Amino acid sequence: MTAPAAAYGKALDLITRVRGVRGAMLVSAEDGIVVAEQLMEGIKGPALSALAASLATRLRRAMEAAGVGASVFWHLQAEQGALLVVPTPGGTLVVAVAEPDVNVGLVRLELLRAAEVVG
Amino acid sequence: MPDEIKTLSSQLAQDPDSLVFLRLGELLRHKGQLDTAHRVALTGLERHPHLPDAHDLYARILADRHDYERAFDEWDMALRIAPDHVGALKGLAFLYFKVGDVQQAAAHLEAAQRVAPDDPGVAQALALARGEGGAEPIAPAAQPMEEARVFAGLEGAQEGLLLLDASGRVLGGALKDPAGRDVTDAVAAYLAGVSQEAARTVKLLGLGKWTGLAAEGNLGHVHLAPPSSDALLLVVRDRAVPMGRLAIIAQRAALAARRWLEAHA
Repeated sequence: MTAPAAAYGKALDLITRVRGVRGAMLVSAEDGIVVAEQLMEGIKGPALSALAASLATRLRRAMEAAGVGASVFWHLQAEQGALLVVPTPGGTLVVAVAEPDVNVGLVRLELLRAAEVVG
Repeated sequence: MPDEIKTLSSQLAQDPDSLVFLRLGELLRHKGQLDTAHRVALTGLERHPHLPDAHDLYARILADRHDYERAFDEWDMALRIAPDHVGALKGLAFLYFKVGDVQQAAAHLEAAQRVAPDDPGVAQALALARGEGGAEPIAPAAQPMEEARVFAGLEGAQEGLLLLDASGRVLGGALKDPAGRDVTDAVAAYLAGVSQEAARTVKLLGLGKWTGLAAEGNLGHVHLAPPSSDALLLVVRDRAVPMGRLAIIAQRAALAARRWLEAHA
């Protein structure tokens, strides 16, 4: 990770400002540990980070095996919301939890911007 | 017919905005000159994007080329422009037959019959759908499908569609990487358990059931969907296919997979 810790909050701010986003976090992709978080009350950060990291690992391996290259962005859709993730080259996952009617394109852009900050 | 093709080609060259491209495209299609018909239809469609007949012609050519997904989109577009377009209704009915959705096929044929009650083709197809007149209904649910045909009629069935069980065992479809190598087993192994993990994640967040997982890669896109609680569908396409379109493709494939799973339960 290349960015100083103070920059993490700023990166998460970019994401949580988007209407419909319930929270954002930075997760270590390797071990699923929370690096920084801005989550609404009730969301269990440590458990979510572990599951997101595990899903990201499986997905990355499957995508590499399928020949579609490294994952740039992924979006887990559910009946009442979504989990949106951008992996950074430095091994961090930038994660957003969102309402079902969120502007996915906008969240994706902010996740990518945040990923640039985090590195 | 060759003379007519020559005449129509000449007319179109003189007046590129003319609607003779419809007749010319159809003639070329009938002669099996699908590449030329495709060019003619596409050029006509670019000049007349709001003409339902242009979408209908283009869809028929795409269907002849077995590009059923795009054919579906074109007939769907024709119907959005003209909800009573008989050609589009018949075309969509044909495609629904192809994926085994007899109910939807019959509904589209009934709509076509309301508009064109004297069309013998519609009546015949409808009788087939209802299993009348001794004809066997085209109903995959009533006729056991072969395992290999789980994605029959869907684009990329043997290179970009995969149906797995909860343990990562392949139930149908196949996957090839951009170099043409078969990567079915490797990808299936990595995806084992993804369905359960996705379910756990959304449960933790209180988001209900998971409905799909779309991922954008450097070289291509993938879409995962759960056709049932213990199966996983994977659709892979190159980056030229937008994520939204990929989601539609996945929805259609999931429908076919669900039917197949029900038939084999």
